[in-house]
Amino acid sequence: MTLTVDIERRLGAFRLDAAFEAGAGITALFGRSGAGKTSLVNAIAGILRPDRGRIVIGGEAVFDAEAGIDVPTPARRIGYVFQEGRLFPHLSVAQNLRYAGLFSRGAPASQFAHVAELLGLKELLERRPGNLSGGEKQRVAIGRALLSSPRLLLLDEPLASLDAHRKNEVMQYIELLRDEIRIPVVYVSHSAEEVVRLADTVVLLSAGEVSAVGAAEDVMGRPDLRAATGAFEGGAVIEAKVTAQDMDSDLATLAFDGGTLTAANVDALIGEPVRVRIRARDVSIALERPRRISIQNVLEGTIVEVRAGGNGAVDVAIAVGATTLRSRVTQRASQQLGLAKGLPVYALVKAVSLSRAAAG
Amino acid sequence: MGLTPEEQEVLLLSLRVAFWSVAATLPFAVAAAYVLARGEFPGKTLFDAFVHLPLVLPPVVVGYFLLLLFGKRGPVGSLLDEWLGVTLVFRWTGAALAAAVMGFPLMVRAIRLSFETIDRRLEAAASTLGAGRLGVFVTVTLPLALPGVLTGMLLSFARGLGEFGATITFVSNIPGETRTLPLAIYTYTQVPAGDGPALRLSLIAVALSLAALFVSEVMVRRATRRIMGDDADRRY
Repeated sequence: MTLTVDIERRLGAFRLDAAFEAGAGITALFGRSGAGKTSLVNAIAGILRPDRGRIVIGGEAVFDAEAGIDVPTPARRIGYVFQEGRLFPHLSVAQNLRYAGLFSRGAPASQFAHVAELLGLKELLERRPGNLSGGEKQRVAIGRALLSSPRLLLLDEPLASLDAHRKNEVMQYIELLRDEIRIPVVYVSHSAEEVVRLADTVVLLSAGEVSAVGAAEDVMGRPDLRAATGAFEGGAVIEAKVTAQDMDSDLATLAFDGGTLTAANVDALIGEPVRVRIRARDVSIALERPRRISIQNVLEGTIVEVRAGGNGAVDVAIAVGATTLRSRVTQRASQQLGLAKGLPVYALVKAVSLSRAAAG
Repeated sequence: MGLTPEEQEVLLLSLRVAFWSVAATLPFAVAAAYVLARGEFPGKTLFDAFVHLPLVLPPVVVGYFLLLLFGKRGPVGSLLDEWLGVTLVFRWTGAALAAAVMGFPLMVRAIRLSFETIDRRLEAAASTLGAGRLGVFVTVTLPLALPGVLTGMLLSFARGLGEFGATITFVSNIPGETRTLPLAIYTYTQVPAGDGPALRLSLIAVALSLAALFVSEVMVRRATRRIMGDDADRRY
């Protein structure tokens, strides 16, 4: 099942003109507020009508301006999880979950049990939405959408109204889900952290247009997109695997295509894939292998790109095996070291932050 | 303190008139309230004014219009008589009609208000789950408006119990047929030695109103709690 979108819609002075495709896994629609993310998702759901273009879900055109097709929202079979949950306050959790069943969109009983189990909803079934925490509400909202036999799942900033703790809780459930369901998931977010952790593919949206599409680690790491990725600092996202866990010092060894990293507080078992984020400002460069140094991660590589990053800084891309690390150094340091393309260097990684499980 | 047979008759008739005035107009009031809350159409202001007319007109005028329309030779009354053999004038059903017309704006106002306060995003969510327009209305809009519907029903019921001007003009003051509580009280005040019975009936009216208020308050609170969960206690 795939989703193909190519639409145009004018909203006052703002123009949304976006095309992208989403297959299995999580596709993030990423961009700043006002980039047109929610409008795009609403168009897919049939809540906002495009002026032009086509929307195809699993081979069926649900919108085609030229052919005059505009399938109404209830018939599109799309699961939509809203930022504020939008649970029906007059119904219990169980009734919310079974709501789609009233309109012959319900899922079979076996799936009900499975989803309730997966999202940890069993204890909540008799409760009413008014008595749930924010995180619980969002889990119910996700379950309700999943149980409406959707061909596609839309999540519009489902974590935006939650505090950090709840965010983490719900993110873990979304990760579980990603490995479970086979329908495409479109995940709208303006948080780089969420996108890096959850998404397989990123569609970068700025000012109503798609400015980049690609694997999460590629798009989010590119310094040239920093203007659009906004708050996200440049850096690299690396797929790695846990090869050792030292419980005494709480340090894990992570192998990636290019070497190994040591990281603290890795909440993963040996053999588990993890996604690691290394910020550009946490990577220093040395021309010789430093000795007697506190930094644990020293990686050998070759400079593949040096570009001015503004504010007297220089962005350096370093190839370490098949992986590209990003480093941000001052212009002066760059000149003193004579950094240039092709130069062999050592990347000193001061901090490794984990963005947990990689795509299954 | 038992009721005399005559008092019982008056009381039961009043309850019957008020009950049917509410029951028969409820679907129309819900429809009118929905249209006023959600609809955008030319003439909406006019329609709104028309619905509210009984609230601002002297009740006697409303009764007179009803007499003109539903009288035996009136345009509607003659049709009803001819086709269905139904007569409203000088019947308790006519009293119910008068009470219904007078209570209608109150019912519409309360229901409309609750439609307007419903979070429409919930309706959009329902449509993504497969609900069509009717489905959304029945499963989301109406249940969420329930406290307002109950309030509207009570207001109209109380108005129906107290209806005097339109009733006496339209269906007159016939014992056992159209002599409701207010009409009976009025009748007693017009005769010598009627003070005692008038006071008794007035006390009955007070008790009845308090009971209706109490029942509706309990029902509204229960409906609100059903909707809001424990939040209801904090909010109300």
